[in-house]
Amino acid sequence: MTPVYLDNNATTKVATEVMEAMLPYFTELYGNPSSMHTFGGQVAASVQTARQEVASLLGAASTDEILFTSCGTESDATAVHAALRAFPDKKHLITSTVEHPAIKALFEKLGKEGYRITTIPVDSQGRLNMELLTQSLDEETAIVSIMWANNETGTLFPVEKIGRLCREKGILFHTDAVQAVGKIPMDLKNMPIDMLSLSGHKLHAPKGVGALFIRKGTPFSPYIVGGHQEHGRRAGTENVASIIGLGRACRLAEEKMGEENTRVRAMRDRLEKELLRHIPKCFINGDPDARLPNTCSISFEYIEGEAILLMMNQHGICASSGSACTSGSLEPSHVLRAMGVPHTAAHGTIRFSLSIYNTEAEIDTVIEQLPPIVARLREMSPFWSEA
Amino acid sequence: MWDYTDKVREHFLNPKNVGEVENPDGIGEVGSIACGDALKLTFRLGKDKKIAEARFKTFGCASAIASSSVLTEMIIGKTLEEVEKISNDDIAMALGGLPKEKIHCSVMGQEALEKAIAYYKGEPEKILEGEIICHCFNVTDVDIRRAVQEKGLTSLEDVTGYLKAGGGCGNCHEEILQIIQKSQGMTILEPKKPAAGMTNLQKIRKIEETLESEIKPALIRDGGNIELVDVDGNRVLVRLQGACATCSRSRITLKDHVEARLRTLVAHDLVVEEA
Repeated sequence: MTPVYLDNNATTKVATEVMEAMLPYFTELYGNPSSMHTFGGQVAASVQTARQEVASLLGAASTDEILFTSCGTESDATAVHAALRAFPDKKHLITSTVEHPAIKALFEKLGKEGYRITTIPVDSQGRLNMELLTQSLDEETAIVSIMWANNETGTLFPVEKIGRLCREKGILFHTDAVQAVGKIPMDLKNMPIDMLSLSGHKLHAPKGVGALFIRKGTPFSPYIVGGHQEHGRRAGTENVASIIGLGRACRLAEEKMGEENTRVRAMRDRLEKELLRHIPKCFINGDPDARLPNTCSISFEYIEGEAILLMMNQHGICASSGSACTSGSLEPSHVLRAMGVPHTAAHGTIRFSLSIYNTEAEIDTVIEQLPPIVARLREMSPFWSEA
Repeated sequence: MWDYTDKVREHFLNPKNVGEVENPDGIGEVGSIACGDALKLTFRLGKDKKIAEARFKTFGCASAIASSSVLTEMIIGKTLEEVEKISNDDIAMALGGLPKEKIHCSVMGQEALEKAIAYYKGEPEKILEGEIICHCFNVTDVDIRRAVQEKGLTSLEDVTGYLKAGGGCGNCHEEILQIIQKSQGMTILEPKKPAAGMTNLQKIRKIEETLESEIKPALIRDGGNIELVDVDGNRVLVRLQGACATCSRSRITLKDHVEARLRTLVAHDLVVEEA
């Protein structure tokens, strides 16, 4: 049985081209980019090419605006701590109720350390309450950190509008764009975003590499100190092979953006349409209009997600219930709770996230296998007969 | 993915005795849709006073379904005196063990069995003993203390795996840790000072805000709605509207959704009632 992998918001496979680009950097090109000899020099040049490839995908004005990190979480923490150090007297931070744990847990920790945290709620479709955000910006606000795309529902936030509001008040704006980068076009040189996080393994680069975009002129101080790597902005010898992989993955993403937004979107839409047609009492979570092209969060009422996942796994279908990072929790995901998804459905929510490597035949498999699984579990559910 | 035994997988994928016994002698219902798992166990006694038929319906994960399935196999053919001795450990053992985070599934089986026997005997439903510590899953200090002492639980994770207590919003973690420490004869950490109380006006405003932003959208999506009528101390009087007003599951909506959300987001001692 060939597995059907539809959990690409958790992680993606490393693209063949990416792996091939990385391989020489484990063998003959093993120099330290900080070294002043040939071995170091050629590697440093390749790292710079990768930086250019990342900058190009983001539409950044300069390669100097790209800082390589170890992951999205480190990029997020670096951005937020940089803002706090830049404005030591400002003790107010703003985020949303549906952030990834990388920001959610960081802000909760900062809240316990004395910062005033405002968490902007979303509506039932996961859309940010912009009125409340506008009212919450004040002179005390050091940074606003709102994700570009939600990892569970795919809902896109109006980052350009948020950035404009922040800029009017002189407040730094950071966006966790880990799920958005490579899936939707970006043109940061013309957008009011001060800092942006991305992660390699969400766009077919390996795990353990990420980047932070820092607009020129944004006040910044390093999160990790030590050596002079990354122009003194992040100490630690560069993860060269992975950085090369990230660069190549960004180039590929730029080339494949059209496919992501047409073929992948069409497959996702067909999956949703057919599941809704064949399975009663289920619904899609997220903004129906502004949503990532690859993500489908669907709630099946009166049954539980883990049971659905394991039964799908028997048929080789791999997806996720809510967020992969929160599996193991007894409560429905904080994203679904923030959206007010009723308990009758929140526990039975499955996230399918596609990539350019998925095929129509794989989508057919899900459309064929899932309805009987849902029916079987509902037959066992004490709530179904009364529904 | 959880590390389930072959036996758990087998009972999950091919569960035995799914359904409900017609005209049952015993009915035991535990859990709720808000808690993430629920079990309805029914049985019928034969002329020899042994359980002739037992069936289950379960909403929950693989281990909840497997625990229910194996439980029905364990009780069929036995007398009530015999099945009364079945504990959650027996259920877990029959499955070749459960991950410690999933032990509560076997506890749910034991509780459903106890309730079904009590139903047969005509005994009144047990009233919760003690003070509720975990409001997400309705677990009292007495339950936690008993589990800690009888099962030798030593950590918050153990308690959550066994009783689910602390597995939701997390507001009760400190109190659970204190119960564990006290049971182990350890020095009790100083309790955290309660947050400055809200004035009545602040509390009413917060309830209104929470109803608007967190509760109404879900009810409206299901064709219903809710209206705040009054707040009297910790009693929140509401009126359900639309589809919610006529829904047979309105009590579940009120307690498991509205009350739970208000307790998490406004104050832990709120009680929601229909006006």
